Amino acid sequence: MKRWIGVALIALALAALPFALAQIGTSWVRITNYAILYILLALGLNIVVGFAGLLDLGYIAFYAVGAYTYALLASPHFGLHLPFWIILPIGAAIAALFGVLLGAPTLKLRGDYLAIVTLGFGEIVRIFLNNLSRPVNITNGPQGIARIDPFTLDGLNFARPQAIGGLEFSGPIKYYYLLVVVMLVIVVINLRLQNSRIGRAWEAIREDEIAARAMGINTRNMKLLAFAMGATFGGVAGGIFAAIQAFISPESFVLVESIMVVSMVVLGGMGNVWGVILGALLLSFTPEVLRWTVEPLQLALFGRTLMEPEVIRMLLFGLALVLIMLFRPAGLLPSAVRKRELAER
Amino acid sequence: MDTFLQQIINGLTAGSVYAVVALGYTMVYGIIQLINFAHGEVVMIGAMVAFTVINALVPYGLPPLTIVLLGTACAIPVCMAVGYAMERLAYRPLRHAPRLAPLITAIGVSIILQHLALLVWSRNVLAFPQIISSQTYMIAGAAISTVQIAILAICFGMMAALAILVYRTPLGTAMRATAQNPQVAGLMGIDINRVIAATFLIGAALGAVAGVLFGTYYGIAQYTMGSILGLKAFSAAVLGGIGNIPGAMLGGVLLGLVEALGAGYIGDFTNLCSYEALASRISDCAGGGNFVLFGSNYQDVFAFIVLILVLVFRPSGLLGERVGERA
Repeated sequence: MKRWIGVALIALALAALPFALAQIGTSWVRITNYAILYILLALGLNIVVGFAGLLDLGYIAFYAVGAYTYALLASPHFGLHLPFWIILPIGAAIAALFGVLLGAPTLKLRGDYLAIVTLGFGEIVRIFLNNLSRPVNITNGPQGIARIDPFTLDGLNFARPQAIGGLEFSGPIKYYYLLVVVMLVIVVINLRLQNSRIGRAWEAIREDEIAARAMGINTRNMKLLAFAMGATFGGVAGGIFAAIQAFISPESFVLVESIMVVSMVVLGGMGNVWGVILGALLLSFTPEVLRWTVEPLQLALFGRTLMEPEVIRMLLFGLALVLIMLFRPAGLLPSAVRKRELAER
Repeated sequence: MDTFLQQIINGLTAGSVYAVVALGYTMVYGIIQLINFAHGEVVMIGAMVAFTVINALVPYGLPPLTIVLLGTACAIPVCMAVGYAMERLAYRPLRHAPRLAPLITAIGVSIILQHLALLVWSRNVLAFPQIISSQTYMIAGAAISTVQIAILAICFGMMAALAILVYRTPLGTAMRATAQNPQVAGLMGIDINRVIAATFLIGAALGAVAGVLFGTYYGIAQYTMGSILGLKAFSAAVLGGIGNIPGAMLGGVLLGLVEALGAGYIGDFTNLCSYEALASRISDCAGGGNFVLFGSNYQDVFAFIVLILVLVFRPSGLLGERVGERA
């Protein structure tokens, strides 16, 4: 009974949050939406890095695949305007296919090699997005794709404010609810996976691949499954991102973004869903906090901005990665298994 | 002009720089099995420091060669300090941690260095001043400039010097012993910490020179130049067999050649109009038009494709020995 009260309170808080944020400023709803997108990405990557122990430094490529799939099928670029509930599964499937394409040849590699290959893969995808505008214009190159359709469902248009039952729902607030629903689904999948047969198999592979194989686990298929599932979530997040932004370009899918998602997973605690969510929230709100504190502070002290918040943010990222690895390698909220494992050494 | 020979010359020049950077990756990997992600940033810092000094010295009217040498002389100690600091602060405490820990740390160090450089030098591109009057010689229809000759000479000179250091001096022997088995090397009286620090110092010094050469060759230096150069050099090291010093040299030169020839010819190969059967069906081809699927703008893809192909088909590289799974 107590547990259900807790759940109900959290649900109420999640439901009321956007209206509270809208009181401070509509931009905060938007910022929260991007933070949730990062949570989706971090949870997807958590399957690959946290559960299966495969360091993927090109994860943003799947996000890009999902985003571009949505953009190409729902924008004036090709004149296609399919509804989102058709495109999102297509995007997820294509992203999963890319995951398998990347995974199949590389999975026999050792951890650090795999990291570099995935990084190379991410860069290849970005270079192709940048250049596939000639001779046939597919991606529109560096200019990106604009005027992407928003989500619409039965008269519910996510781009416009609408009044439902006396409450004014702005576009970002509607996307917020959508994102929360998707997030909850992915959280549940993550939690259920962790203790399932598959999750245990991933854990075994992460701990000792040879022993796992000796126990009869088909390591290749299990790793492929991890890649494909991680990629699927990335693809879904990408599709939603394209719809919210209404504009995408290869600029959004650079290496730094991949590293940022990895940092979220590492900082929060690889393999622990709550830790990963915490990491994603921390890192995605830092730039906003910095913008509100560091910039006015510098203006007050020196009369001009000496260090842009963006640069400070990246420095903090780098520092966080190093310090976490040095002093708390299992992350802020470590998973029980990881903790045990790291304590043994 | 002979395209083939020309691309060979360009490829050799770029490849020799890749080789020198790749040495930094391969030496560190050989000794502590760490992909030193931040090595590319060390190279970048070398180029930036040298360019700053060079630009500052130009108004004094010193001879151009002196200016460049002074710039390089300032870059080397700065890079060595950076290399030593990151080994001491970020990697040494993690030497016995699980493999992924130092790799993630290395990514963090690389982000920190890149953005510190951004703070110091801003986003602007530093240009190499027009002080060296480069002459161009023609060899069998291809052009080679004095700068290219100098880069080739310096790179191959440094590689030879490093080979002598590693294979003919006590320090080199200690390095190779540590690479084979750190515990036993320690029991034989080798101070492993010193050897590892020395490896980082040597790699950083080589990287500094490589940064200056790379910047001079392309005429510009920017805070972002390290990551792509680093990745290419890493690919070169993997191609040659990571941990293997002659392999890194071979891999660098080969990668430079692959890239130059690839960029030089991919446009011709994927020009659908040059295939008779297709040309008649594509309207763009009418009247000598072109329909190029992949142009030379895909140059940067080659390094990654080489990397992936090598890792998939011959993970030990061209010259590397097969290593088993190490726990």
